[in-house]
Amino acid sequence: MGVSSLIVLTIAAIAFSAGAILISKLFVKGSKNPQKGQAYECGIPTKGTPWKQFNVGYYLFALIFLIFDVELIFLYPWAVVAKKVGWLALVEIIIFFFILFMGFLYAHKKGALKWM
Amino acid sequence: MWSLSDITNSIQNALNRAFNPTFATLTEMVIVGICVIGLFAVLGLILVIMERKVSAYMQVRLGPNRVGPKGMLQSLADTLKLLLKEGLTPDGADKFLFNLAPVIAMIAAMLLLAPIAFAKNFQIWDINIGVLFISAVSSISVISILMAGWASNNKYSLLGAMRSGAQIVSYELSAGLSVLSVVILVGSLKLSDIVQSQENGWWIFKGHIPMIISFVIFLVAVTAETNRAPFDLAEAESELTAGFHTEYSGMKFALFFLAEYVNVFIVCGVGATLFLGGWMPLHIGNWHGFNHVMDFIPSSIWFFGKTFFLIFVIMWFRWTFPRLRIDQLLNLEWKYLLPISMFNILLVTLMAIMGWHF
Repeated sequence: MGVSSLIVLTIAAIAFSAGAILISKLFVKGSKNPQKGQAYECGIPTKGTPWKQFNVGYYLFALIFLIFDVELIFLYPWAVVAKKVGWLALVEIIIFFFILFMGFLYAHKKGALKWM
Repeated sequence: MWSLSDITNSIQNALNRAFNPTFATLTEMVIVGICVIGLFAVLGLILVIMERKVSAYMQVRLGPNRVGPKGMLQSLADTLKLLLKEGLTPDGADKFLFNLAPVIAMIAAMLLLAPIAFAKNFQIWDINIGVLFISAVSSISVISILMAGWASNNKYSLLGAMRSGAQIVSYELSAGLSVLSVVILVGSLKLSDIVQSQENGWWIFKGHIPMIISFVIFLVAVTAETNRAPFDLAEAESELTAGFHTEYSGMKFALFFLAEYVNVFIVCGVGATLFLGGWMPLHIGNWHGFNHVMDFIPSSIWFFGKTFFLIFVIMWFRWTFPRLRIDQLLNLEWKYLLPISMFNILLVTLMAIMGWHF
């Protein structure tokens, strides 16, 4: 099968999850209760909302990830032809990794990889 | 000889003879859809019972042993119970995203089944950029996790989702780099080419030490990517109750659970395809008798055997290593695995150019 398999699989996933949820809706008789809808916090009444400022550490890692992920995408076409191109491919990738590694060391020196 | 591809071919021929082409294609699509859904459900049930049994035997206890023979139907009973539970949506939640998240997790898991070679000539879609497709689609699952955590309006969920997001995106890099080392040696992203290249030996044997290093890195990285112990910070029970799916109940929770287990199956299947030869039987040099006996085992059994072996190894990890802290987890990736796998890529390239591999 060709590209159509992606459509088939997506529809299958949606049908499966929608079917499962609908079937369970048929069996379940829910009851209303004001305490039932509260967010779970080990039994204590919830204080404040989680939708506010969050630890910046995750953001820094996401930024570094972005650089390396783009690098990974560049590597895919290189990897396919590396064996055919031969020594030139190795030299190129050493230069590429050298520049990348300098950036990585810079981020490391700046403390971006330290958990805060 | 009897094989899965014969069955699919005969079904295809029968359909083409009986109906006109358009209708035959449509029927084929419906059959594929039903088969995939069936595979999903069966995999979920098998993996849950396997996880519980393996955990039980590792801790010298019996595990579930009441429902069915030796407790084998326990996960079926659990599914039935989950089916009868009410699917709650908390009052403060973002209702649309909250309900969308499990569906996206399912779609991501289901799409990943497309390029996997289950047996000889038995693939839903032999896409020519298979490896890239897998690494691209597998990162959709992080969106569903972040969505679920954020939409729940619960502090535990948000923390779990953030941790899981940081962890998945970090470990994706070293998983991608270790996958690339196979691509360099094969020179193709197509999964069927990769399997074919291992006809005379699996890459883990043919590729000397660099391939063993990338196999180990791959195994560690996918353990982290699927949020399994020792990297299960996202749902560390003792700190975050259940992480990103704290607020989920009933069938929506079951969908997350199912998607998680199917993801484990898929990453192990990819690992088996790349490093352990997929459906290729074990061949040793010129032991012709031995090779001939191995050829008699159907290719699907080879694939599923290798995959379940890797799943067993990942379950073994869970009961061997203690859970890491978030800073240790990120240190492990950024300060050890990533530089090692970058250096390893250079080694593999050198090996491929010099032709040192067998």
